[in-house]
Amino acid sequence: MTVYLLRRISQSFLVLVAMSMIVFIGVYAVGDPVEILISPDADQMERERAIQALGLDLPLWEQYGVFVWRALHGDLGRSFVYNEPALQLILQKMPATLELAFGSMFISVLIGLPLGMYAGLRPESPGSKMIMAGSILGFSLPTFWVGLMLIMVFAVQLGWLPSTGRGETAYFLGLQWSFLTANGLSHLIMPAINLALFKISLVIRLTRSGVRETMLMDYVKFARAKGLSPARVTFVHVFKNILIPVVTVVGLELGSTIAFSVVTESVFAWPGMGKLIIDSINVLDRPVIVAYLMIIVLMFITINLIVDLLYSALDPRVRLEGKA
Amino acid sequence: MSDVTIAAPAAAREETPFRRFVSEFMASKIAVGGLVVFTIIALLAIFAPWIAPQNPYDLAQLDIMDGRLEPGAVGGSGIVHWLGTDDQGRDMLSGIIYGLRISLTVGVGSALIACLVGASLGLLAAYAGGRTDSVIMRLVDLQLSFPTILAALMILAFLGKGIMNVVIALVIVEWAYYARTVRGSALVERRREYIEAAQCLALPTSRILFRHLLPNCLPPLIVVGTIQIARAIALEATLSFLGLGVPITEPSLGLLIANGYEYMLSGKYWISFYPGIALLITIVSINLMGDHLRDVLNPRLKK
Repeated sequence: MTVYLLRRISQSFLVLVAMSMIVFIGVYAVGDPVEILISPDADQMERERAIQALGLDLPLWEQYGVFVWRALHGDLGRSFVYNEPALQLILQKMPATLELAFGSMFISVLIGLPLGMYAGLRPESPGSKMIMAGSILGFSLPTFWVGLMLIMVFAVQLGWLPSTGRGETAYFLGLQWSFLTANGLSHLIMPAINLALFKISLVIRLTRSGVRETMLMDYVKFARAKGLSPARVTFVHVFKNILIPVVTVVGLELGSTIAFSVVTESVFAWPGMGKLIIDSINVLDRPVIVAYLMIIVLMFITINLIVDLLYSALDPRVRLEGKA
Repeated sequence: MSDVTIAAPAAAREETPFRRFVSEFMASKIAVGGLVVFTIIALLAIFAPWIAPQNPYDLAQLDIMDGRLEPGAVGGSGIVHWLGTDDQGRDMLSGIIYGLRISLTVGVGSALIACLVGASLGLLAAYAGGRTDSVIMRLVDLQLSFPTILAALMILAFLGKGIMNVVIALVIVEWAYYARTVRGSALVERRREYIEAAQCLALPTSRILFRHLLPNCLPPLIVVGTIQIARAIALEATLSFLGLGVPITEPSLGLLIANGYEYMLSGKYWISFYPGIALLITIVSINLMGDHLRDVLNPRLKK
C-alpha cells in the first residue's frame, strides 16, 4: 500500500509540474509577457521597473523558476482590475462556489433518489417511463439555457425568487454564507437546481439500475420470504444497499460540479470563482486567470488523488494492478 | 398474396452487415424520429441562404426600427417575423437557421477531426503497445481527469475567441474519448487470427492498422462519435454563451441565446427562448440516435 501511495503521489506531483509548465508557457511564451502581466496604463518608467521586478529580462527557464518560487510563496501576481493579490481574490470567492456546489449535490440526491427508486421498483409503469425520458432530457438540456428559462419563469413572470446575486449572507467560521439567511437561501435555490439538473439525471439512472439489480439479490428474496412488509424490504434492505454507490458517485462528481458552476454562476451572477474567471478572461485580467488555473489544477489533482486512493482502499484489484 | 411477392426478392438479397445494421436501426421508431429531425435540421443549415427569410449578416437588410418585435409581428420591410426580432432588428428565425449552420459546422467538424486524431492514436497505442501505449494512455487519463468545460476554458483563455480556436479547443478536449474507445476494441481485435494472417503476409503496418484493424473497431467508434457530436454542439454553445466562443459577427445558437439575456429580464423572452429550443431539438435528436445505436451495435446485447 505504501509503495502504491508513494507512486500515486509522485505521479500527481509530476502532473502538477507539467500543468504549471503549460500554464507558464501559455502566459509567458505564447503571448508577450510584458503586455500580459503589466497593466496597459503603465508609462515607460513603470514598465521598465516592472520588467526588472518580474524578471522578464532573464532566460526562460530562470523565469519559470521565479514563477514557481513565487507561486510556492502564494504570490501569483496582482489583479489589474481589483488591485489585490490574485490568490486572495480567488480564495475570497471560493465559499460562494463551494456553497453552490454542495447545495446542488444535496438537491440532486434529494430529487434523484426517490425518482430513481420509483423507476426501479416499477420499471413498466407510465410514471417510470416519464421519469426516464425526463432523465434523457436532463442530459441533453443546455444548462445555461435552462438557467435563463428558470429566471424567466420564476423571477420575471411569477416573481417568486430573486433572479441574480447572493442575497444576504451570515458569518460562520469567519466566512460569509448565503444558506444561513432566508433571503440568501431564496437566492441559492434557483442556481443550485440549475447546476443539479445534470446530476439529478445521473442519480436517477444510477438508482434505477441499482434498485433493479438489488431486487434480484438473494438477501432481498430471503427478506420477502421471511414475510417482511414490502415497505420494509424497500426502505431498509434495498435502500441501504443502493445508497453507498450513489453517494460515492455523487461525491466523485464534486470536481465536475465545481467546474460546471462556471456556467451557472455566469447566468445567475453568483459571485463565485467561476464568475470571476469569466469576467477576468473578458477583461484580460491575466494574473487572475493564471492564479485561477493554478488553483483549479491543484484542486483537481488533489481530488483525483483522493478518489484513486479511496478506490484502491475499497478495491484491492487496483493495488495489484499497480504492482504488476 | 401481395406479401409473398414483396417478401420473395427481399429474402433473395444477400444479407450484409450493413443491411442488417440498417434494418435494426429502422426498427426503433424513436431513433428513426431522431434521424428524420436531424436530417431536417441539417438540410435547413445547409440550404440556409435559400430558406431563411432574411440574411441576418447583411446589415443593409436590418432595420433598427424593427428591433425587439414580438413573434408574429410584421416588420417595416413587410417580412412577417414568426419568431420575433432581436435588438438589432434581425429576424430570429433567420438568425436561428444561420446559427444552426455555425453550431453544426463547429460541432460536426471538431468531432470529425477529434475522431481522426483520437482513433489514429488509439490504434497506434493498441498496436504498438509498450512505451508508446503507456505514454498515449497517460495523456488520455490526464485529459479525461479534467472536466471538458475547464479544459476548453483554459485553452480559449490563451488562444482567444474565434471559430478556429473553438474547433481547436473542442478537438483537444475530445480526442481522448475516441482514443480510449478505439484502443479498447483494438486490443481485443489485434489478437484475432486475421491480424496474425495479415502480419504473416508482411503487409505494411499502416495497411494493417487502417484496412484490417480499424474497420473492425468501427461500431463502438460510431456510437461514441454520435454522442460526442451532441456534446461538442452543447459545449460550443456554452462557450459562446460565456463570450469565449464564436465572434459576434458569426453568431451560433449559444451566442444568440446570450444576446437575449438582458432583454429577458424585461419579459422579452423570444430572443433567448427560440434559439434554445433549436439547440435542444438538435441535441436531443442526436442523443436519441446515439442511444439506439448503442443498443444496435453492442454485441453483448445480441442474441
